[in-house]
Amino acid sequence: MDLTVDIGRLKLKNPVMSASGTFGYGEEYAEFIDLNSLGAVVVKGLSLKPKEGNPPPRIVETPAGMLNSIGLQNIGIETFIAQKLPFLRKFNTCVIVNFFGDSIEEYAEAARVLSDAEGIHGLEMNISCPNKQAGWRIFGTDPKVTFDVVKAVRSVTGLTLIVKLSPNVTDVPLMARAAEEAGADALSMINTLTGMAVDVKTRRPKLANVIGGLSGPAVKPVALRVVWEAFKAVKIPLIGMGGIMSAVDAIEFMLVGAAAVAVGTANFVNPTATSDIIEGISEWMRDNEITDIKKLVGGLIWDG
Amino acid sequence: MSRYFKARIAENKQLQKDHNLLTLVPLSAIEEPEPGQFYMIGMEGDYDPLLKRPFSLLRRTAEGLQILYRIKGRGTALLKNMGEGSVIDVIGPLGNSYPKIGKGYTPLIVAGGIGIASLFSLAESLGDHARIFYGVRSENELLMLEELKKCAGELYVTTDDGSCGERGCITETVKSFLSDNSSQNALYALYACGPRPMLEALGSMVKGRGIPAYVSMEENMACGIGACLGCVVKTVDGHKRVCKEGPVFSIDEIVW
Repeated sequence: MDLTVDIGRLKLKNPVMSASGTFGYGEEYAEFIDLNSLGAVVVKGLSLKPKEGNPPPRIVETPAGMLNSIGLQNIGIETFIAQKLPFLRKFNTCVIVNFFGDSIEEYAEAARVLSDAEGIHGLEMNISCPNKQAGWRIFGTDPKVTFDVVKAVRSVTGLTLIVKLSPNVTDVPLMARAAEEAGADALSMINTLTGMAVDVKTRRPKLANVIGGLSGPAVKPVALRVVWEAFKAVKIPLIGMGGIMSAVDAIEFMLVGAAAVAVGTANFVNPTATSDIIEGISEWMRDNEITDIKKLVGGLIWDG
Repeated sequence: MSRYFKARIAENKQLQKDHNLLTLVPLSAIEEPEPGQFYMIGMEGDYDPLLKRPFSLLRRTAEGLQILYRIKGRGTALLKNMGEGSVIDVIGPLGNSYPKIGKGYTPLIVAGGIGIASLFSLAESLGDHARIFYGVRSENELLMLEELKKCAGELYVTTDDGSCGERGCITETVKSFLSDNSSQNALYALYACGPRPMLEALGSMVKGRGIPAYVSMEENMACGIGACLGCVVKTVDGHKRVCKEGPVFSIDEIVW
């Protein structure tokens, strides 16, 4: 049985990776699962300079999901390379570093520094961030900005470059093609949906930041649709995520076009979710007599 | 031995209106908890409610663990209806614990409302060395009173409505105690858990008096294990995670 997948130049032992922001820098989950068993570890998003993030409350539960407004708190790329990367290098699993910036130059510089570090196998670019040079509009909501920022990063790195798309757009294929044309090796989706929650007792928003990102089972239908739309628009491989709680969820994403999947919020509910899902995928393949997982990708049957 | 384990509900009984005592029997070997630590407990139901809820350890017993909880929102409303024999998923013990202090210090334990749950096992371990200050809104919110009377050197109770103990706010009782005893050369250390305004008031009270003071903080949690960065509190050294660097912090670290 072959669970291997290829994403750009990366050869993953299986299609399951952690979703950025839900797995820290790997250390917290090492006591619950064998990090060697994952297809890849995708770490919490990093920026050139450390970020404090938003004031609490940052977490609110919503029906079959949750909102977060962490605010991209991170230790900064330099500290990550010095203090967290050595731990990850001990494992025989792909390390993908998620990163972001507030200007095109920052994205490029971040990518450059990360590409020089030893032990990083791929980069995931978070473009759902505000652009300082364009009135703080989200990079990934503008196809030209998306193209420019991905191109700037592409020109400084030879590592496998994954661009993480925002679902908060009106035209997924447009953004997907912009990233592909700019040189992305793969696309990942979805990042969180923007949402809010209200406390009627206090008549205030439940998040200090008012607006946050929605994740968990509630977003799966949207995530599947976004992957499906992107799959029809581009040729590069896709990494699907959004509410994956089980192996069956992962298979759904693969059928609509994901070559690999990321597991995020599920980790909070079940710290062994990633490895349970890997096992579950093997079991599903056995039960359905599939010997090569790659054969499932984009295998959705539809009369369109 | 894992910090992620299944436990059977041995008992889930009401102690007072809206306050229950949950007794869990772990189905596999567990790490020994320390006073101040907490557990993430999962309610029944597939994806909704999604997240586990954090609960302080009340105490470790021979058969397992006990949790004292107030029924406040959706999670606890579901927890209260979970019957004996149900098997649930638990993560823990999590977080740090109340630090031990030198023998020369007399511990003052200050609990506001359900905060007693976090401090109870500390009180039991310190025994009659400790002075316990326990304030609630009304007598029907007092929990574990008999056990507290047994273990404490001195127990001061206040209720907002005067239905039991002194009428008033527990912080006032602590304030009076400290000023009544200030002329003696006794050294005090403070451990507190309760509403944030209570903790903040205690912070001002002990400032500059050479009283080591520790508070258990609370914030909305998702993972409980330090990965998501959801549960941070503001400290003089930036944001710290209640589930990892806490829940116990030195009172002067917290930026109120």
